[in-house]
Amino acid sequence: MIYIQLFLSFLQIGLFSFGGGYAAMPLIQEQVVIRHQWLSMSAFADLMTISEMTPGPIAVNAATFVGTQTAGFPGAAAATLGCILPSCLFVTLLAFVYIRCRNLSLLQQTLASLRPAVVAMIAKAGLTILISAFFLDGTFSLLRENISIRMIVWFAGAVFLLRRAKWNPILVMVLCGVCETVFCL
Amino acid sequence: MKTSEKIPVLLRLFLSTLYLSTFTFGGGYVIVTLLKNTFVDKYHWIDEEEMLDLVAIAQSSPGAIAVNGAIVVGFKLAGFPGVLASVSGAIIPPMVILSLVSLCYTAFCTNPLIASMLNGMKAGVGAVIASVVWDMGGNVLQTKDLTGILIMFLSFFLSWFGGVNVIYIILCTAAFGMLRAVCHKFRQKNPPPRSR
Repeated sequence: MIYIQLFLSFLQIGLFSFGGGYAAMPLIQEQVVIRHQWLSMSAFADLMTISEMTPGPIAVNAATFVGTQTAGFPGAAAATLGCILPSCLFVTLLAFVYIRCRNLSLLQQTLASLRPAVVAMIAKAGLTILISAFFLDGTFSLLRENISIRMIVWFAGAVFLLRRAKWNPILVMVLCGVCETVFCL
Repeated sequence: MKTSEKIPVLLRLFLSTLYLSTFTFGGGYVIVTLLKNTFVDKYHWIDEEEMLDLVAIAQSSPGAIAVNGAIVVGFKLAGFPGVLASVSGAIIPPMVILSLVSLCYTAFCTNPLIASMLNGMKAGVGAVIASVVWDMGGNVLQTKDLTGILIMFLSFFLSWFGGVNVIYIILCTAAFGMLRAVCHKFRQKNPPPRSR
């Protein structure tokens, strides 16, 4: 049943995304694009764009979006519930233990080891989004007619504005969108 | 706290997280700072030091930091009813907004103007993520912890070229990290005296 599938998929996303925000992205991609094919890679990239533009955590945004797209509002509710349930249990348990014994060092050391792996996973998800943006057929092949030079220029400009000029990320993304729209007219 | 006194607390918890969740762009770390501003500096319901530890719990647990932050604050202030109140406040705004977006999405996509807008924004999102990875990866390299750097590159290669599921990589690294933390603890010959 689709509701149970949505619930279980987002339960895994909620359970294994350590490090907040972007850490959920590779897990969402794995579940939603690769395993269940609820979204195409291009729709997934759109979803990440929309998530950046709207308030709220990426995982909750994705749960609502994917749930609504596949099974309407009940689907959104099932996916969101799955996504926040591990947090509710884990955080409440930790807060309870913390209020009792006030020691978090073992947990924090474990997480310090986990951080490099999380960075690597985010890098991987970011690269797949870039590949779907740079190559017209969405796969990595270095044929001249398959590469969108325009998108590479927007990307380079965006990196410059973010790193050097320290622009607000939302502004940079909107600017990229506007540039592309103007060129397509 | 008596039940009769809890209701205003619950209501205020719900409204605060609802407000923060509606107007906070820019991810979990921003919302955690705002939670601190609201509950420590404005309402004085939690003291500063305890809030730092609660934030550490929110950041070390799986899931979205904004949701976790709401849970710790809710639990601290009003137990399980508090968790319910603050979590509903935190997830209602994104659910409403994304439901609306999702309903319009199909119409959006077929509109060539919006489709090219979204397409161009992909390059921007890619740049934002690349910038985040640059900062986070730089931090890992700066620790000069060879094991950590090795974990970073190995897990990237395993998942990019080997197609290994993200969950397995997270699980294995977490198990390894825990082992490392425990070994580290045993190696400390003179553990600091425990204070109660």
